[in-house]
Amino acid sequence: MTGPRMTDPLPIVRADNATLAHGSRVVLAEASFTLVPGEIVGLLGPNGAGKSTLFRALLGLIAPRAGSITTLGRPARTGRPGISYLPQQEPNGQFLSAWDVVAAAHAGNRPGLPWRNRAARAAIDAALAETGAAGFAQRPFASLSGGERQRVLLAQALAGQPRLLLLDEPLTSLDPAAQAETVGLLSAIRARLGCTILVSSHEISPLLPVMDRVLYLARGQAALGPVDRVITGPVLSGLYGAPVEVLRAGGRIFVLPGEAPAALHQAV
Amino acid sequence: MFHYAFMVHALLAAGFVAVLSGLVGWFLLLRAEAFAGHALGHVGFTGATGAVLLGLKPLVGLVIATLAAGLGMGALGARLARRDIAIGMVLAFSLGLGLLFLHFYVAYAAQATALLFGNLLAVDRGTVIALAALSLVSLLALGLIARPLLFAAIHPEIAQAAGINPSRLGMAFLALAALAIAGAAEIVGVLLVFTLLVGPAATAQRLSRRVTTGLIIAPLLALAEAWSGLVAAYYTGWPVSFWIASLSFAAYILATLSRPALA
Repeated sequence: MTGPRMTDPLPIVRADNATLAHGSRVVLAEASFTLVPGEIVGLLGPNGAGKSTLFRALLGLIAPRAGSITTLGRPARTGRPGISYLPQQEPNGQFLSAWDVVAAAHAGNRPGLPWRNRAARAAIDAALAETGAAGFAQRPFASLSGGERQRVLLAQALAGQPRLLLLDEPLTSLDPAAQAETVGLLSAIRARLGCTILVSSHEISPLLPVMDRVLYLARGQAALGPVDRVITGPVLSGLYGAPVEVLRAGGRIFVLPGEAPAALHQAV
Repeated sequence: MFHYAFMVHALLAAGFVAVLSGLVGWFLLLRAEAFAGHALGHVGFTGATGAVLLGLKPLVGLVIATLAAGLGMGALGARLARRDIAIGMVLAFSLGLGLLFLHFYVAYAAQATALLFGNLLAVDRGTVIALAALSLVSLLALGLIARPLLFAAIHPEIAQAAGINPSRLGMAFLALAALAIAGAAEIVGVLLVFTLLVGPAATAQRLSRRVTTGLIIAPLLALAEAWSGLVAAYYTGWPVSFWIASLSFAAYILATLSRPALA
């Protein structure tokens, strides 16, 4: 496993006693954690635990009710260069070619006509090549498979040259092969670009091969830890509110739903 | 044909409005706001009949009513612009109100037909200039917001995270769409705004999967349909709006047959 570069002094994300609320409901209370350059962190937790709210806060779309959140060394706000975000929602206009779907996001907030100059076209082509999407970039987005769509959307995120990549449930609705393909791509992206990747998922297993650490949210609490310390029967059982057993064999980790009575009440 | 002033006026007026409508329509479809566009035309009917009642030109009422409704819809955001039932109610009420205005304007029953189905051959010089100004202003504005508009239409959440204010942009676009619809209503009538606004754009989206080619095809197609319709009407004596509507429909059918929709 490639470890995070702990020597870099500047944290990519820093939450300091941050309290986040969705309407009147507090989803995260006085959470403090730091993400460092080059690490892949799995954002896990049961539905409604506040994963999407945390993404919104990191993007500057909502302000913390108390405490602070900084990204790339400054208070989180919208329009920050160096942060790419991939929402769960699929893009609109899927009759368009994959290339055009990617291009629409490229410096898209500048006023003017949507023509792309040579430098922009080269950046888009390079990003599509980086994620192995060049071969089908001219096909309509609607005709692509789930795995191909993820390659295209990741290319779009990379075209912004991010230092922080926020991926909201990229593995949902993918078959196991496409999940493995996407996870492998995340690893390759981190290796090539050294960016920090925060990826949310409601499934732990597919992310195990690449995760450096886990940021888990449950019952208003956030905790960040190494996979080996968090992916344990007691912690996961508390996290999902259901018995979960973790088996380690041959250097691999298997997360299985199952009886683990002793762990049931060891809550987060 | 060109030595008749009314034909020259009609060709010019239809030309300006068609180009604007084709471009605006392409974005309207991408934003899934076609029905909102249809409703704006009907609100325009209320405005036009109100203007006639007050002794003003219908175009004045069209522009005021569609612009106000477009800004209002935009202010309420995507929540309303894509809410079919609420829009349908406003649409029906607008037509009813327009009927009442026409009822008081007893002198011209023919006015109703002109407003509903257009009266392109009656466009005068002043209206041509007004439509040209309306189109140029709208095209300039569209040119300014086209890029963020495309971004926000395809990736609404990413655009918001990138600092684009979706409600302000949506309002600006619906105001623009309102102007295009007012223009189209003056040419083909409030009931047939789709023939210039949605028909060519839908055909362009069938024919091209590229943004750039789509934005070239849509206005050119709208222009070709408007002018061909006018020429066909000149030689047959049948209504212009019928010809434009038929050409718009035929082009869409042909495009659909040659390029079936994707899954």
